[in-house]
Amino acid sequence: MRLTGGGLIDRGKVMRFTFDGRSYEGVGGDTLASALLANDIRLVGRSFKYHRPRGVMTAGSEEPNALVTVGRGGQQEPNLRATMLELHEGLAARSQNAWPSLDWDLLALNDAFAPFLGAGFYYKTFMWPRAFWERVYEPIIRRAAGLGALSGAHNTDTYEKAHAHCDLLVIGAGPAGLMAAREAARAGADVIVVDEDNRPGGRLNAETEEVDGKPGYLWAQELVAELVAMGNVRLMTRTTVTGVYDQGSFGALERLPAEVAARPGAPRECFWRIATRRAVLAAGSLERPVAFAGNDRPGIMMAGAVRAYVNRWAVAPGRCVAVFGNNDDAHRTAADLMAAGVHVAALIDSRPDARSDLDLPFYAGARVCGSSGRKGLEAVDIELALGRREKIRVDCLAVSGGWNPSVHLACHMGGRPEWSDDIAGFVPRDDMVPGMAVAGASAGAMSTHACLKSGVEAARTTLSELGIKMPDKAPALPQADDAPYRITPLWQVHGKGRAWLDFQNDVTVKDVAQAARENFRSVEHMKRYTTQGMAPDQGKNSNVGALAVLADATGRSIPQTGTTTFRPPYVPVPIAAMGAGAQGQGFAPRRLTTSHAASQSMDAPMIEVGLWYRPSYFPRAGETSWRQSCDREVAHVREAVGIADVSTLGKIDIQGADAAQFLDFVYTNTFSTLKAGRVRYGLMLREDGHVMDDGTTARLGQDHFVMTTTTAAAGQVMRHLEFVHQCLCPGLDVSMISVTEQWAQFAVAGPKSRDLLNGVLDAPVDAERFPFMGCGEVTLGDVEARLFRISFSGEHAYEIAVPARYGESLFRLLVARAEEMGGGAYGMEALNVLRLEKGLLTHAELHGRTTAFDIGMERMISAKKDCIGKAAAARPGLTDPDRERLVGLKPVGAVKQLTAGAHLFGEADAATRENDQGYVTSVGFSPTLGHFAGLGFLKRGPERHGEVIRMVDHLRGIEALCEVTAPAFFDPDGGRARD
Amino acid sequence: MIELTARSPFNGTLPLSVGALNLSQVDAGQMTALSPRKGQGKALASAFKQAHGIAWPGPGRISGREGCRALWFGHSHVLLMGPVPDATLCQHAAMVDQSDAWGVVRIEGAGVRDALARLTPLDLRETQFKRGHTARSEIADMPASVTRIGAQSYQVMVFRAMAGTLVEEIEVAMRGVAARAGGCDHAIGNHD
Repeated sequence: MRLTGGGLIDRGKVMRFTFDGRSYEGVGGDTLASALLANDIRLVGRSFKYHRPRGVMTAGSEEPNALVTVGRGGQQEPNLRATMLELHEGLAARSQNAWPSLDWDLLALNDAFAPFLGAGFYYKTFMWPRAFWERVYEPIIRRAAGLGALSGAHNTDTYEKAHAHCDLLVIGAGPAGLMAAREAARAGADVIVVDEDNRPGGRLNAETEEVDGKPGYLWAQELVAELVAMGNVRLMTRTTVTGVYDQGSFGALERLPAEVAARPGAPRECFWRIATRRAVLAAGSLERPVAFAGNDRPGIMMAGAVRAYVNRWAVAPGRCVAVFGNNDDAHRTAADLMAAGVHVAALIDSRPDARSDLDLPFYAGARVCGSSGRKGLEAVDIELALGRREKIRVDCLAVSGGWNPSVHLACHMGGRPEWSDDIAGFVPRDDMVPGMAVAGASAGAMSTHACLKSGVEAARTTLSELGIKMPDKAPALPQADDAPYRITPLWQVHGKGRAWLDFQNDVTVKDVAQAARENFRSVEHMKRYTTQGMAPDQGKNSNVGALAVLADATGRSIPQTGTTTFRPPYVPVPIAAMGAGAQGQGFAPRRLTTSHAASQSMDAPMIEVGLWYRPSYFPRAGETSWRQSCDREVAHVREAVGIADVSTLGKIDIQGADAAQFLDFVYTNTFSTLKAGRVRYGLMLREDGHVMDDGTTARLGQDHFVMTTTTAAAGQVMRHLEFVHQCLCPGLDVSMISVTEQWAQFAVAGPKSRDLLNGVLDAPVDAERFPFMGCGEVTLGDVEARLFRISFSGEHAYEIAVPARYGESLFRLLVARAEEMGGGAYGMEALNVLRLEKGLLTHAELHGRTTAFDIGMERMISAKKDCIGKAAAARPGLTDPDRERLVGLKPVGAVKQLTAGAHLFGEADAATRENDQGYVTSVGFSPTLGHFAGLGFLKRGPERHGEVIRMVDHLRGIEALCEVTAPAFFDPDGGRARD
Repeated sequence: MIELTARSPFNGTLPLSVGALNLSQVDAGQMTALSPRKGQGKALASAFKQAHGIAWPGPGRISGREGCRALWFGHSHVLLMGPVPDATLCQHAAMVDQSDAWGVVRIEGAGVRDALARLTPLDLRETQFKRGHTARSEIADMPASVTRIGAQSYQVMVFRAMAGTLVEEIEVAMRGVAARAGGCDHAIGNHD
């Protein structure tokens, strides 16, 4: 019911919304929760396991019950807390976990079986038969238990990630946080103030107390205005700090207001990473319930939340309210309700010595021990001091079991809070997070005055650590309430009936007691056995209560029992927000060659190689499968001329007087003997003696080389070279830089390659100027290019490099010329077949576990010099003749297909792990040879050429007999490339 | 004689404007990476100054102006943007042409830092990243060079092959910022 006056709301701004299809009205400043309560809606959801009716319990992000779903299809978002959902025109919210409807939920039948569904029920009941778990039991349980659901459609909303930096991050804009921010801002620090509410002020917005002689909310509002005007303070509202990470990194989730999120291009949420030098945690505290029978009925709420609804939203959560507590906040709640004109039927204080001057029925030393009502509270039972019981008819009960400081963030780096008897709660220890001070109620300061004071103190400590100057004397504190916090702990009211601890996961006192009985006595074991604290609220409402009950059940104290581990995130964070921008193609940057558009215009399908996109094959009219295209492209290269974009290979420019010496050290073979104008194949090892990469390096001048790496290892090789130079031989005169992107490079391969080039180059090339493994500069009109006579296909071939701006133009030209000569472009499939026919290697073979010995290149490790990996490669284990070593494989049985990833076995052996002789790394159908060709690693491979072995692909169910051959199938002498 | 046609890395996708922000291509002219030969650091700095009239920039800094600018470009490199480098510098430096290796853009306008905050982890606060500061960092998961060239103006460079992704990512960030600017009370105040 909306009260006639008061509240921090805009009554002039009426907004229509729907809940479960029915239309209601709310006003500016409402949350969905306050608007529902204003419309007298108490039943908002059904509980996780028992489908018990549930209503709004809190007024903040800790809300366990009032979870709703909004949006449809790809925009459907479940489990939104009604207390955090700002009302906006047209909001359509739906209840969750009820079927067929919230009011008439058939699954509430579960509640009748509650005696059987306690902690450990699943573990004990569904043990047998074993196979039933996955197929029968789990689907049924998953259907019956749960919260909201996603639609299954792709999320169509936009999300954002962003970074922010500051000197001081203040978490929480309540009295402590605002004072800390003011102190730091006045001293000139860069401050970010984060608060999860849309209105800064914290509890001051929910209370009637005064600060500095004016209403608390007004004081906060004015201070915020002052801070914002200072220029060095950034206020981030609707933003929840979700996690604390190393070195001053914080994660925070920002919800955008609906009207902003609706604009084109606007995100729904933004996940912030905040880097700060220091932080002040002023996140306040959370009120805790008391466990008594039937304490989960809609209408039973936290006392602080009731005050918030009355004072901030001018909503009476009930017409006739009882208040129950173990501390003075109960009295304050009753007073606020009465001041707002709400009938208070009883004030029940569990402390026998409590006094009250309020004009209402007051019960000291009494406890609420039960509740009744079908879908909402109708009456509470109270147990009076003398053992008498009384029933009081009320539709709302405000409960306060005391306050738990929000220590969560302070514990994210593994620290454990300590128990304070003074406030009957856990408080942070010092330095749990390096660079973070804790202030206000989070630190156990329970009066407004104490909060203001600790905020200033935390800021001053922080500023002095940062070396930022501030006035010697702390400023005078604003006048504020400093009433002592008087509490006598009360965790549970013993008696018959279920008393809830974790409302969200339906965990009761009985469950915790049972866990203890069954020897799950450790708080971590109890948590996992009962699922207490494992729901989306992560036990914000229940952790301390549950461990108090556990302590009682196990005869230990609360500090002895300890807390479970606090982990990020503090509130649920959509994966969509953490991974913002990474949907679909946004997952990774796309690295496109200069020939990309030309290849696409030829309908070439692209395959990804690292971040690069490379054409797979170039289909022509009439070709119905990739194999046809691939076979044709292979024939182009073997018989005429083919063009392939090889720009993706890493290119590293290496210069310096000691460049040759440097290369001798990083390559196994010698480069100092290479003449200028020549290219040499090189093999590079890791420190551990395994092969890192291979490629060709050209000597462009005496002190100038250009190294090529494989596409896959370009980054790794660059990093390796920098490491070797900077750390192992910093004295060498050598400098290097990647030129991969500077040059577009194309393979021109095939018997007609020289003819083709001579049609486009200004000066013809001949065998004398460009012998096999020669290189030099050439020109195409005004464009200076580099030409390398190297071959990855075994044919007479070249690679021509031009500045990247001319790449597309040159590619189109070369392809057109090749087509005129009976050839054309070839893609990765043909490139792979061509190199397989020649037994040349890629990272399928150089996969990180193979050595030079394994690939038959042990003689490339020069005996005359040292190189990286040489010593390690000489270890006996790496030169054991029994190792799996490179071989060629050729099908000789009935099955003609080879598959990569298959394993090799003796012809007569069973295909089991014990008999494994090796594996297949690459295969392809060779149109040149007319059969499949494969490369693989086989024990003692080079000694076994001619032997027949069995290839078994367990995954694909393929078996073939193969003959072991030398790796090079085609033109083993290499005469074609040299011609 | 063959005539090859040059293509820009951005291929007609720029310029573009979203709200108060503009993204445009920078035609930097010649770009050359210079790396001092062993023991030639000081000699190179003075020869460089003499040849091009601008200082050899220290780590994280730039020198010069539009059309003739030097950027610190990593622990051992400076990138000269604009002029063809004086040939005599090769006595002191390894010089490598990078003119075609990078896509270079300028992003500018009110709220430019908010857009960049969505793309890079760099601390771009006024006090931390002033005009004339440069960094090698990342932009939307791409290796990048980021330089502040004006109060509300930054130069961003990524590998040429990623120029398309760069434009897409910046555009998304610009849209996000522009959408918020339309009356949102989120970030009240700022650092600058």
